[in-house]
Amino acid sequence: MTLDGPRREPVAPSSAGATAPAAPAKPSRRPLLAVRAPLPPRASLVAGVLAFALPLLAWCIVSYVPFVWHPLVHVRDASDVNVPGEHSYVAIDQLIDLEVFDKRNQELARANKKPLAGERANPIFLPAPHEVARAFYTAFTTPPLRRGDFWLHESLWQSCQVIFWGFIYAALLGLPLGILCGTFSLFSRLAEPFVDFVRYMPAPGFGALAVAVSGLGNEPKITIIFIGTFFQMVLIIANTTRSVDGALLQAAQTLGASRFQLLKSVVIPAAVPSLYRDMRILLGWAWTYLVVAELIGEKSGISAFLYQEQRYRHFDNVYAGIVMIGIIGLVTDQSLNFLGRFLFPWETGNNSLFRLFSQIKLALSPRGTAAPEADPINDSQVLERMPIVPMAETPEEEAHVG
Amino acid sequence: MSVEDRLELPSYLHHTDDVSARFAEIRRQPVVMRMAAVSRQFESAQGPVLALSKISFDVRRRELISVIGPSGCGKSTLIRIVAGLETCTGGSITIDGKEVGEPAADRGMVFQGYTLFPWLNVKQNVMFGLRMKGMPKPKAERMAMDWLDLVGLTNFASHYPAQLSGGMKQRVAIARALANEPRILLMDEPFGALDAQTRASMQAHLLKIWETVDVTILFITHDLDEAIYLSDRIVVLGAHPGRILEIIDVPVARPRNTDQFLAGHFLATKKRLEQLIHHRETSPKHDAGKLGIVAA
Repeated sequence: MTLDGPRREPVAPSSAGATAPAAPAKPSRRPLLAVRAPLPPRASLVAGVLAFALPLLAWCIVSYVPFVWHPLVHVRDASDVNVPGEHSYVAIDQLIDLEVFDKRNQELARANKKPLAGERANPIFLPAPHEVARAFYTAFTTPPLRRGDFWLHESLWQSCQVIFWGFIYAALLGLPLGILCGTFSLFSRLAEPFVDFVRYMPAPGFGALAVAVSGLGNEPKITIIFIGTFFQMVLIIANTTRSVDGALLQAAQTLGASRFQLLKSVVIPAAVPSLYRDMRILLGWAWTYLVVAELIGEKSGISAFLYQEQRYRHFDNVYAGIVMIGIIGLVTDQSLNFLGRFLFPWETGNNSLFRLFSQIKLALSPRGTAAPEADPINDSQVLERMPIVPMAETPEEEAHVG
Repeated sequence: MSVEDRLELPSYLHHTDDVSARFAEIRRQPVVMRMAAVSRQFESAQGPVLALSKISFDVRRRELISVIGPSGCGKSTLIRIVAGLETCTGGSITIDGKEVGEPAADRGMVFQGYTLFPWLNVKQNVMFGLRMKGMPKPKAERMAMDWLDLVGLTNFASHYPAQLSGGMKQRVAIARALANEPRILLMDEPFGALDAQTRASMQAHLLKIWETVDVTILFITHDLDEAIYLSDRIVVLGAHPGRILEIIDVPVARPRNTDQFLAGHFLATKKRLEQLIHHRETSPKHDAGKLGIVAA
């Protein structure tokens, strides 16, 4: 796998008779830095893997190559702790600055004692990859240190619930309001100036208020997620709805659609694929508010776990927790992305989900009531998996018309 | 010297017997749409601008009438006023004696841009107007298939618009508008975005549909050949302000075919249109003369 762009062979001066017979023209390879063009599939895959591999590699280098960084010394042998001196506190298993290590050695040398022994180490807040990897496992298997604390999986579950409900409530209100604002100027003028104003108030600022209103428990945390997501959502959804092609609305009007029908049968279906993408992005925002929300009132969820582990200085667990949030976010987003490919067949050309539904509907319906031709999707033999490319205007096609 | 100038052409006002008979037949038909002194004024920073000035003409049942004019003559504004997508500032438009208002199903429209609903397949697009009227789905589906048959696209019923070529999209758009059985079909440069070959076949196709279906068509174009080839009458608009220069009764016999493009009456009409549109308005030759450039 090469990532160094297309290699241009220098044109050899053709000496008589020495030139090889002209090879069949190879399809020219796309350069890796082509402007606004897709990467070749193999390069795309490699780049995607590298996106994760490179940071990991950097982390490994810093952790495992002894002369890179490693600003501290892990003391293995404290020699004689009774030798007095400014740095007499140095004991076994301590992490000390390189400078302190040297000074203590001078103190020991003056007392004719053997020097300290130890190895270069990184600060405790940068555990090595293998330690974090181990923590991934041990974090789930280690019971909480204090009674009443939660296991990691319980914390994670708590967090997911807070996110879920905060986002669901925001969507239940924000989607309809956003769509109304994007469709009717009246709603837009009524709602958007205020929403725009509240949007600039930091959601965590409402923390104390939320606790006062809805007590400890999960409610204030859900409220913070809601506040953080809802106001942004209304504006984003309104803008997306506004970007629906006006020509479609005009066409629908000349076909006799009433105002309500315009909203229901044109605006919403036209906007839905973009709205779906918006919601995916907004769900990511909800996660960013999670950690703040969970530290309000009674600490809970993954943030409480992180906070606790940080106090115990179990930084491997802290990293494991943070990475876990990332993994949950990534997996959710990619699942939604994957689902999206099936949801909007007119954009992706993939209607397998719709065919599945229509088959289920057909199977469930009493025989005879759902005739196959009554189903818009089912009567298509051509709809297997069509490429979304405009067909060529073939003369034969036009011939039986003209 | 153009070809037309060198040929001995009949007058565009001269009608052969069958053409005269055709116009007599048209005049016996009831008026579907009446445009009475329609004006449209826009407010601009430089003051009011008159885009359309007192446009008056009648369209009779099953007539195919074109509006032609240079860009900026307000022909698109005119058809959008008929559709109800814009309002006029003076005069009135009546369909079957009733004044038009908001857009409605009695005035179907085919737009220049592609306006099929991308999330509906071809059949569902054609069914759209019928479903809006509340027609039950099975009946709407049957009717949609009939209309698709008319435009020759039954095999593409379950395709999405993104899978169709430009010409096919416009055929679906025509079927979709016709399925509503409008009193008048408004076509705003519907073939303007198509390549020349597709455009020619679409014109022939439209004539065929129009002969099959009882429909009145108001057609906007800037293409002289298209206007003559399709129309019974051509309303010629001038620009600044948009006003009627002449209404031409096309002296070309029906049924039309592409051979007529070189017929005397066709060329005579085209010459007249060129005089009206190009010579009286912004003519390239005229401009070139002003700049002191001598045409070779």
